[in-house]
Amino acid sequence: MSATLVSIRDLWVSFDGHAALRGVDLDIAPGEAVGLVGESGCGKSVTWLAALGLLPVKAAVSGQVLLDGQDLRTLKPAALDAIRGRRVAMIFQDPASSLNPVHRVGRQVVEALRLHRGLDGAAARAEARRLFDLVGIPDAGRRLDAFAHELSGGQNQRVMIAMALAGEPELLVADEPTTALDATIQAQILDLLRRLQAETGMALVLISHDLGVVADLCSRVGVMYGGRIVEEAPTATLFAAPVHPYTQGLLAALPDMTGPRRRLTAIAGGVPEPWNFPPGCSFAPRCMSATSACDAALPAARDVGDGHSVACLHAHVPEPVRAVVPA
Amino acid sequence: MLRFLALRLVRAALTIALVVTFAFVVLRLSGDPAVIIMSPEAPAEAIAAFRKAWGLDQPIWIQYINYFGAILHGELGQSMRDGRPAIALVLERIPATLALTLPAFALKLCLGIPAGIQAALHRNSLTDRLVMAGAVAGFTVPSFVLGLLLVLLFAVTLGWLPSGGQDGWRSGILPVITLGLGGAGILARFTRSAMLEVLGQHYIRTASAKGVPWRAVVRNHALPNAAIPTVTVIGFMVGSLIAGAVVVESVFSWPGVGRLLIVAVANRDLAVVQCILLMVAGTMVTANFAVDLLYGLLDPRLRGAR
Ligand SMILES: Nc1ncnc2c1ncn2[C@@H]1O[C@H](COP(=O)(O)OP(=O)(O)OP(=O)(O)O)[C@@H](O)[C@H]1O
Ligand SMILES: [Mg+2]
Repeated sequence: MSATLVSIRDLWVSFDGHAALRGVDLDIAPGEAVGLVGESGCGKSVTWLAALGLLPVKAAVSGQVLLDGQDLRTLKPAALDAIRGRRVAMIFQDPASSLNPVHRVGRQVVEALRLHRGLDGAAARAEARRLFDLVGIPDAGRRLDAFAHELSGGQNQRVMIAMALAGEPELLVADEPTTALDATIQAQILDLLRRLQAETGMALVLISHDLGVVADLCSRVGVMYGGRIVEEAPTATLFAAPVHPYTQGLLAALPDMTGPRRRLTAIAGGVPEPWNFPPGCSFAPRCMSATSACDAALPAARDVGDGHSVACLHAHVPEPVRAVVPA
Repeated sequence: MLRFLALRLVRAALTIALVVTFAFVVLRLSGDPAVIIMSPEAPAEAIAAFRKAWGLDQPIWIQYINYFGAILHGELGQSMRDGRPAIALVLERIPATLALTLPAFALKLCLGIPAGIQAALHRNSLTDRLVMAGAVAGFTVPSFVLGLLLVLLFAVTLGWLPSGGQDGWRSGILPVITLGLGGAGILARFTRSAMLEVLGQHYIRTASAKGVPWRAVVRNHALPNAAIPTVTVIGFMVGSLIAGAVVVESVFSWPGVGRLLIVAVANRDLAVVQCILLMVAGTMVTANFAVDLLYGLLDPRLRGAR
């Protein structure tokens, strides 16, 4: 395997004594695009908010988040600030509320340019304008002086992306960047992310409900459930030979790859909340193949070959993988 | 904008008309100025003459129309007690009142806002708990109780400061503190909750995610947003600069507008009460108007919306 850029090791997060993340392990290589999927509440956002130290203070976090071998969790605030937005940037689900309503959007981009690239005044404005052009905001010069409430959701998300690019990051974490947008805009934003990733060579983590979206953009996918990554594999492998019963259920629920996208709701039952996680495998209550052993302890992730790992007691090593790459 | 201005003006005029009417009704129905000012033992002819002189012998609704008409012409009338123009009586008291309320206003701002911000930034910490306990004490203890306690401690027991009267700047200290602490408490609570609300917003997380140091997040992203609701409360405080010290002026025998108001009400001295109320309503309306303009400056979402 190539070198890793970011490596999350045994990340635990609890809120008010209830574990929301229970030992997440995830590696991101430079330039790679990794998808993180799972139903609402499974811990996708919390994983990356915790990694970047963005959770409220009441969250109890443990584990390691290594960037080039340096643990972000032990950094002093100033050192962490120099990494956030500079080496790892993050954009969020709701672009309108993620921008400060009282400052012009251009100013918010310039702020990042000043912090991370030392640009000021006219130079910063020119660069902000270039970034606006890059992310496809029409009439960039004038839009710099707009406020978030004067722009559409899609344009606000483009502003967020421009702001994230300001520091020329090595990794962009996009947390459901299109969930709040309508379908055509969704596709545009995803195309933009794909293009930017190819042009800049940055790594991308794409968080989504939607396996289809992730399959389009990402070469590797992690499936989360109950605060853990239950299965992780190259995209083609995951689609061709899913091992975890949860992944299998997700894929079965997926419409035709070219058909309309919809939320993952086809498995009976719902995601457990952190305060009533079952003692063992959190999927056991919904799982057809669950046995009493599943309730005993959290199943450890096992390597089943070819960069494919799965946390399930009943995982049998799959048939040799047919290389079917989704379009 | 013009429409907005016109609307505001109409509303202000209505407010003032209501205040004026209310004062007339309450004062004229609750006692007879002639009897109170002349004393009940005065001869009947004298009282009748007084009534005639001040128009009190006419039907009440005629009195009301006359009185309202005069106000519309800018005539605020004379004090029934000493015959001087009411406006002069009030104006000569204003400097004394402002000498209390302006420093108290500054005290509220300088104490309340930073305390509220600190409490919010260190939510549930010891600082937060102390500030909130202080704030609650500040605005639940009535100002006459606080004033008397301060007098007891600093004037009577320690003998450091005068207990009342207006005699040099030192006699202003206790009343200013009495006035300021309550307001500071209210402002601290308001600032704290505004800050907490703002600190939980997504754009604060965005600012942190892009590497803005926490101090700058607070200064550039949280404070400008938290200022928007806080300005309302500050506006109320500006509005009470003239009449906000009635109780404290009485406790400290401070010769300001508040004491004048109490005496005038006791005497049913309508013109004077009216004049003070008009002035109070005027400041309130102006302060509200200023707050609205300030909103527009602070919050771009409200610009053009009117
Ligand atoms: N600030 C918080 N306080 C308390 N609980 C929280 C907080 N943030 C997240 N959680 C809990 O942590 C769990 C994981 O949340 P998370 O936001 O990571 O889910 P998600 O996978 O991103 O879901 P979604 O698709 O809805 O965004 C949820 O059960 C949520 O209730
Ligand atoms: Mg989320």
